[in-house]
Formats: sequence, C-alpha cells, structure tokens
Amino acid sequence: MESRPLALPSVGAREGISRRRHDPWVPLAYLILTAGGIIVVFPFIWMLITAMKPLNEVFDLRILPAHPTLDNYAEVLTRTRFPRWFGNSLLVAVATTLSVAFFDSLVGYTLAKLRFRGRDLIFVLILATLMIPTEMLVIPWYILSSARGWINTYWGIMFPGMISAFGIFLIRQFMSSVPDELLDAGRIDGLSEFGLYWRIALPQVKPAVAALCIFTFLGNWNAFLWPLIVIQTANMRTLPVGIALFSGEAGSSFHLIMASSALAILPVLLVFALLQRQIIEGIVLTGLKS
Amino acid sequence: MATQTTAAARTAWPQLRLGQRQALWAYAFLLVPLAFFLAIRIAPALSSLYISLHEWNIVSPDKPYVGLKNFGFLLEDPRFGRAALNTIRYVLVGIPAQILFGLAIALLLQRITRFRGLFRALYFMPFITPVVAAAWVWQWMYSQNFGPLNQILVALGLPAQQFLRSPGQALYAVTAMVVWQYLGFQIVIFLAGLEAIPPVYYEAAQVDGAAGWRLFRHVTVPLLNPTLVFSIVYGTIVYLQLFTQVLNMTFLDQGGPLASTLTVVLYVYQLGFQRFKMGEAAAATAVLFAVILVVTLVQMKIFSKPVEY
Repeated sequence: MESRPLALPSVGAREGISRRRHDPWVPLAYLILTAGGIIVVFPFIWMLITAMKPLNEVFDLRILPAHPTLDNYAEVLTRTRFPRWFGNSLLVAVATTLSVAFFDSLVGYTLAKLRFRGRDLIFVLILATLMIPTEMLVIPWYILSSARGWINTYWGIMFPGMISAFGIFLIRQFMSSVPDELLDAGRIDGLSEFGLYWRIALPQVKPAVAALCIFTFLGNWNAFLWPLIVIQTANMRTLPVGIALFSGEAGSSFHLIMASSALAILPVLLVFALLQRQIIEGIVLTGLKS
Repeated sequence: MATQTTAAARTAWPQLRLGQRQALWAYAFLLVPLAFFLAIRIAPALSSLYISLHEWNIVSPDKPYVGLKNFGFLLEDPRFGRAALNTIRYVLVGIPAQILFGLAIALLLQRITRFRGLFRALYFMPFITPVVAAAWVWQWMYSQNFGPLNQILVALGLPAQQFLRSPGQALYAVTAMVVWQYLGFQIVIFLAGLEAIPPVYYEAAQVDGAAGWRLFRHVTVPLLNPTLVFSIVYGTIVYLQLFTQVLNMTFLDQGGPLASTLTVVLYVYQLGFQRFKMGEAAAATAVLFAVILVVTLVQMKIFSKPVEY
C-alpha cells in the first residue's frame, strides 16, 4: 500500500466536459474562493502592515503606513533575545525530530517485520498510550523534572517528545508492506538485523518517515504548554514561549508584537512556499492515518 | 545413519538460532522505546491518578491521602464548571462552523480547474503558522479601538464591538480564530474524502434524475460519512485540549473576561502551576482523560463498522 497521492479530484471524471463548460457555478466558485482567500490571508497582511508602522502611526486609522520602516524588526531583534529563542526552538525541534524519526522507524520495523513473543502485546501497549492526553502528564513530568534537575534545561524541554506512539503506528503500517523476500535477500547477503532495518527497510518507507518528520517538527516548533512550564529563564525560552512573554510585557506596543510575530511566522511560510505540496500531503497522510 | 542425523541437526539448528537471534535483536531494538513509554507515559499517567487522590502542594512535604476530595473541589468550583461549559460551547460552535466552511470550500475547489493548488495553499497557510504568533495577530485584529475589524464595522456604519473584551462575544471571537487555523486542514481532509467516492454513484444518481442539492444530500453526504466522523472527532479533541490560543488571545486576563473563554486545560494550568494546587489540577486532568477516552472509544466503534457503498 503505497501512500496514495492526495491529488485533487478531477472534475472531468465525474461530470462530462461539456457540462462543466456551461456550469454556472464556476464563476461564482472563483468569486467565493477569492473572497474567502482574502479573509484567510488578511491577518497576515495586517500583521505585515502594522509591523512596518512607526509608533506614532500604529493607532491612527490610516491603513497603509505613511512612513514605512523596518526599525520595529531591528528593535525586536536587539531588545529581546529573539535570535537565541529561534536557535533554542530550532535545536529542540531538530533533535526531537531526529530522535522520533530513528526510534519510531526502528520500532515500527521491529513490530512489523520481526517475529518474537509478546509482539502484539507490546504494540497494543504503545498504542494505548495515545489515549493519554499530554495535559494529564505535565504535573508528573514537572515533579520528575524537579527531582532530576531537568527544569530549565534543553533535555527538560525535549524529553517528553523523544519517541512518538503515533509515529510508530504510522511507520508500522508502511513497514508491513515491505516484501519479506527483500529482507531475506539481505539476510543471505549477510546483513545484520540492524543492517536489514537501516539499509533495506528504512529506504522503502522514506515518504512516510518524511511526513512524520514534518509533522513532528511542526508540533515541536509550536509546542507551548510544556515548554511554558519547564522553562524558567529568558535564555532558555523557545520561540512560542519567548513571543508570548515578550508580547505580554510589550502591552499595547502592537507594532513590536506584530514585528516579532512576523519574524516567527515568515520563515515557516517561506519553507511552506517551497515545500507546499509535500507538507500538505504529508500532514493529511499522517492526519488520516490517526 | 549418524551422518544423516548431524546433517538434519545442522539444517535445523541455524533456523532455530535464526528465530532466537531475531527475537533477541527485537528485544534489543525495543529496550529504549519501551523504557521510554513506561517511564514517560504510563508511569506518569498512573502517578497523575495517584496525585489526584492526595492533597499535593509542591512546597509542602506532607501529601496526605484525601480520597475523592479533589474531585469534590472541582464540583464545587464555579470556575471548573464554567470551563467545562465553555468547552461544550467551543465544540458546539466551532465544529459546525469548521465543517460548513471546510466542506463548502472543498466542494467549490472541486468545481474549478485553474488556481486550485494556489487556493489550497492559501487556505492551508494558517494551519502551519506558529500558533502563538497567530493568536497575538488575532488579538490585534480584535482590538477595540484600533483593530481593523472595528475600523471596517465603523466604515460600514455599524457599531464597534468589544470582541475579546466582552464576556458575551469573547468565546466566539476565539472560536473564529481556531476555525481559521484549522480550515485548511478540514478542506484537504474533505477533498480526500470527496475523491474517495466512486464516480459511478454520481453517474447512477444522475441517470435517475438527481441533481444539485439532491445529489449532494443523498449521494455526497452519506458517502462522505467516514470523513465527517473523522472531522468531528478530530475537532472535538482539538477543542477539548484548547489552551494556547486562549491564553495568548486573553493574555492579560487569561481565560477572561469573567472566565468566559476559560478552558479545562487553562484551568488546569492556572490551578497546578500558578496556585500550585497539584492534587486538584490532577483531578481535573483525570476528568479530561475520561472524556477523551469516551470520545476515542465512540470513534473506534463508529470506524470499526465497514463502510457500505
């Protein structure tokens, strides 16, 4: 079962071409979609406009800035530890994603392809942990972190997300479709069990692992509740925590708040623009499997 | 004779050893992950239930067993009742809105041939946008005196609204942001669902003279049922766990005004980490867990039914 490409359905297959040409709905569809698109994009536009306004123009009612400026960005970058927060988030998200990609694919492979006692029990046990909401775990995690000295450390921020049960479930489904003959051929060639996973099985499920990586990276890049609890100093903040606390202190300086929001949002949108198709299909793929 | 036995043994041995060796490797691969799930998921979940039965102030060394007292506290705390009620309102307002807009736009996207990818990407943008930053942008949008929404209302000759400052409107204002955020996800889910409907059903219905609304009502909706169920369950869990958007949009009066936007998770955060009532907070998470469990089990029950086309 290869990942079914989630291409948009073709209208032509459903209705005759001639019918579609006279479909009175089509112009109306473009109109509504354009109007809806403008509404959806409007908050981004407004953010960028406000971020370019000098302080004395933020609260006047002109839409466009009379004297557009990039000073707000400069002020956010120098007044806060924004670059540090960005780096923290990048470190946490990359490390967690690599860990999830490795362990989830290894466990997915083991549960799909190796034969041993207790396999189904272990799978059900891992799957059952999906039902436990994060909110239920943050109090014990906090107590554990206090006892172990993990408060306000990178490990403290990362440890809850190092392996994902959902990812194991996802990868196991894809691993099941790797042909046994391929693995047997590898065995005959003298590959170790780890070599079979690393050299043969893993390359076969690359699209699924890539989708899992996107999903995990975004999840950790956005994570808020646990980092907010475990981080205690400005230097250790991840981007979401940094922005929330900075914006809370900035009061009504919305030109600075919008500049910091834009600095957080624009890199993500840039990556999205480049990898739009893979990201949407990856997220839908992982979303539907859950 | 003797040589034959050794030959048989020789062929049997590697197989047996292969199986054993494979099992050993399997356990070695699973060692770290299993330790992780036991220590970071299962033990803390049990520990949370344990804490919920104790008076657990993190600064006090004494943590006496108090039975169900923490759950009694929740029953009597009007803020918890408010949070639970709000969560139901978020679900009742947000999910129909999400389905309505998501399905409508998916159906419109199916009709058009040009710019489809562009529209899809446009509507999907909010879903990958960092939530905290987006929440602050929306707070600014709703700003009472200088926000663009009120500027538009005033320009149209309508009275300015209080939005996030009004106990009657704030919950809907937050819901609108969440709907905006998840709209793109809903759209692509519905597009995938619509694509999965075999065209032959439309053709058959058209032969029978069905068109327009009737085609939608009697063919699309029933055959889209699994997607609708998924969308509802996914949305319900999102709203049950709503936290980041509310905290950031109502930052100076978190969950306000007058607790009108308070959610269960925000309640847990305030109780456990601002007032350090860990026992009561753990009890609230146990209630949340029970509700999510029920939703998940209902989902599994519905999904285990085969889809009949």
